Amino acid sequence: MVNLKINNNPVSVPEGTTILEAAAKLGLKIPTLCHINWDCFHVEHRSGSCRICVVEVTGKPNLAPACCTPVAEGMDVHTNTMRAIQARRTVLELLLSNHPKDCLVCTKNQNCNLQSLASEFNIQTIRYEGEQTKLAVDDNGAAIRRDMSKCIMCRRCETACNVVQTVGVLSGVNRGFNATVAPQNFLPLDQTACVFCGQCVLACPVGALTEISYKDEVWQALNDPSKTVIVQTAPAVRVAIGEKFDMQPGEISTGKLVAALRRLGFAKVFDTDWSADLTIMEEATELFGRIKSGKNLPLLTSCCPGWVNFLEHQFPDQLHMPSTAKSPQQMFGAIAKSYYADLIGVDPSDLVVVSIMPCLAKKYEAGRPEFAPNGVRDVDYVLSTRELASMIKEAGVMFNSLPDEDYDDPLGESSGASVIFGASGGVLEAALRTAADWILNAQPDGSIAYFEDAADSPIDFVAVRGLEGIKEATVKIGDLELKAAVVSGLGNARKLLEKIRSGESQYHAIEIMACPGGCINGGGQPYSFCSCGGSDVLEARKNAVYRADEGKAIRKSHLNPSIIKIYKDFLGHPNSELAHKLLHTHYCAKK
Amino acid sequence: MTCCCEKTESALEKLARLEPEKTAQLNAFIDTLPIGKDIESNRAHLIIALHQAQGIFGYLPSEVQQLIAERLKLTRSEIYGVISFYSYFTDKPIGRFKINVCCGTACFVKGANLVVEQFSRELNIKEGETSADGRFFLGVLRCVGACSLAPVVMVNERVYGNVTPAMVSQIIADCKD
Repeated sequence: MVNLKINNNPVSVPEGTTILEAAAKLGLKIPTLCHINWDCFHVEHRSGSCRICVVEVTGKPNLAPACCTPVAEGMDVHTNTMRAIQARRTVLELLLSNHPKDCLVCTKNQNCNLQSLASEFNIQTIRYEGEQTKLAVDDNGAAIRRDMSKCIMCRRCETACNVVQTVGVLSGVNRGFNATVAPQNFLPLDQTACVFCGQCVLACPVGALTEISYKDEVWQALNDPSKTVIVQTAPAVRVAIGEKFDMQPGEISTGKLVAALRRLGFAKVFDTDWSADLTIMEEATELFGRIKSGKNLPLLTSCCPGWVNFLEHQFPDQLHMPSTAKSPQQMFGAIAKSYYADLIGVDPSDLVVVSIMPCLAKKYEAGRPEFAPNGVRDVDYVLSTRELASMIKEAGVMFNSLPDEDYDDPLGESSGASVIFGASGGVLEAALRTAADWILNAQPDGSIAYFEDAADSPIDFVAVRGLEGIKEATVKIGDLELKAAVVSGLGNARKLLEKIRSGESQYHAIEIMACPGGCINGGGQPYSFCSCGGSDVLEARKNAVYRADEGKAIRKSHLNPSIIKIYKDFLGHPNSELAHKLLHTHYCAKK
Repeated sequence: MTCCCEKTESALEKLARLEPEKTAQLNAFIDTLPIGKDIESNRAHLIIALHQAQGIFGYLPSEVQQLIAERLKLTRSEIYGVISFYSYFTDKPIGRFKINVCCGTACFVKGANLVVEQFSRELNIKEGETSADGRFFLGVLRCVGACSLAPVVMVNERVYGNVTPAMVSQIIADCKD
């Protein structure tokens, strides 16, 4: 242990601790800006570039950056000397002198670390004036908007892109005043290997990286009498949107979410959980088949569009591995524009499908040409959790005092297996619940008893839960020892895929989610690490997902009555010809 | 149904088609480097590979950057970061005569900026640009290590010392194709 004093208070901390961490132990928050610690994912960005966290260390001529200065025995630290306070203010003023300061019309208004610091430091005038960085906005793609004139060069996005995700699209380029963060040759993001996971957006402390918004398009559609506008909500949205309305992280606000969407004017409020159950039917059938034949194992999940993009860009030789099942978002869209449009007698081109997603890659996914049969998109607009919260506020809907309402039929009923799609491990657990019943109910002729429950079959596969990046489990179902792995974060996915490619690791099934922790930490979710809480917020969201599962009467996808009905009435059986046409896809190498 | 699968020529295929000899030359050079699985140690070979590539191609177009990225197992953005950091490297074609004025401390205090201005006037190009006929490139360098000759101008491999603005037209006249 190392003994030191901070503001004359003694504290003992392990060797290697930074002054910032030691001060936190004493209940002292030293202001930071470029620093970010994704503690639950074991990645810390300590570039020490902004100098907002400088403190005075007795005997040292220079002020020390607290975020990257390790403690030493006998150190005497003072965090609030006049010199330190003045230095911090000067640093902040200099940062502000090269910032557009258009807070009122910035997407990050009230969610901006730079703005909060200016308020906390009570900056009233900016003494420095001069040239300002002017760079073109990149809003070419469908998902992420880059406005680098707002960048403060903290380089958190680079760590998110290169270290956490190993996507490798963002890098510091140029030098001196012209330095910025950009893709190769300043290409627009949609011409790079960007997977649109949005982890850079979550990492950005200012408004340099944000989502491409479709709020205006959705308002237009809602106000167009010739359109029928329906909405689907992803599993992870219901455990996070409450944070935007001052609820505690992890509060489940499904009922209020549904009520709010009705108040906004959506004709029907449906649930992506319903199509998550449908996904399980298709994916588990594929898994069952591959296990039986012993061919093309492991089966990789395919619900996460960020992960699918990563595979297409980085592992174009492994495109045979994922399930061909579309993601729940796209399954919903395909069913809505065929079965449901028919059911209500509306032309698919007059039916507008809006998705509320915790994700930015979903915006990209919805625009993929293969998901627009005859030029009519299955999913028309994708809004992030944050965008929906903003729409609810704009419309004056009092979210907190809304009654709890239920989803509409027939695309709204769901099982507990579908809500856990929102957390890392959930898709695999949901698939195992169904596959286990099918294996235990083995039919003499080799067919599957699709909609039967099995006595004493396992429901809770706790080994695959949690925020850890790579989880492995061997699950015994009947005579089968099923080897499974769950990965979240694309850096972890890369590690595992390389082991599979080399034959070092062998599994039956693998779930991969692009965002560390799964969709609860998706690029479209309320900011957690940038504002406060970080891993505590994610832990709370994750626990809420599993609480929502436990609260469901039906916890297996194949027992969901609405799912049974759509196979009986429309699709036939899982992997039928019609199911293949509507619910399956293929992957394209991108090099 | 259309999808993302439509095959187009990849950047590396295009490079190999348009510049087969130069591509082979660069690949042969990279073959001599001890490239391994460890990205950290591959990183150490990046500058020398870029140096060679610029020598072979004259500049570093994005296809060449991609080739180096794939051979060294580094990301394209990281390579562009390095190229854009060093003024020596360029991703745009540059003139056959590369006029580089040293603007290191010694050269600068002895009036290198006036020399740059004179070149700029006579060639009608700004610093970092190439003349319309593709003959001249005007750039500035930090210290070239010949401070006793300050201000120093380099034209390709040739060094001029104690340069004054009055010498500029003769230096330009020395450039013969």
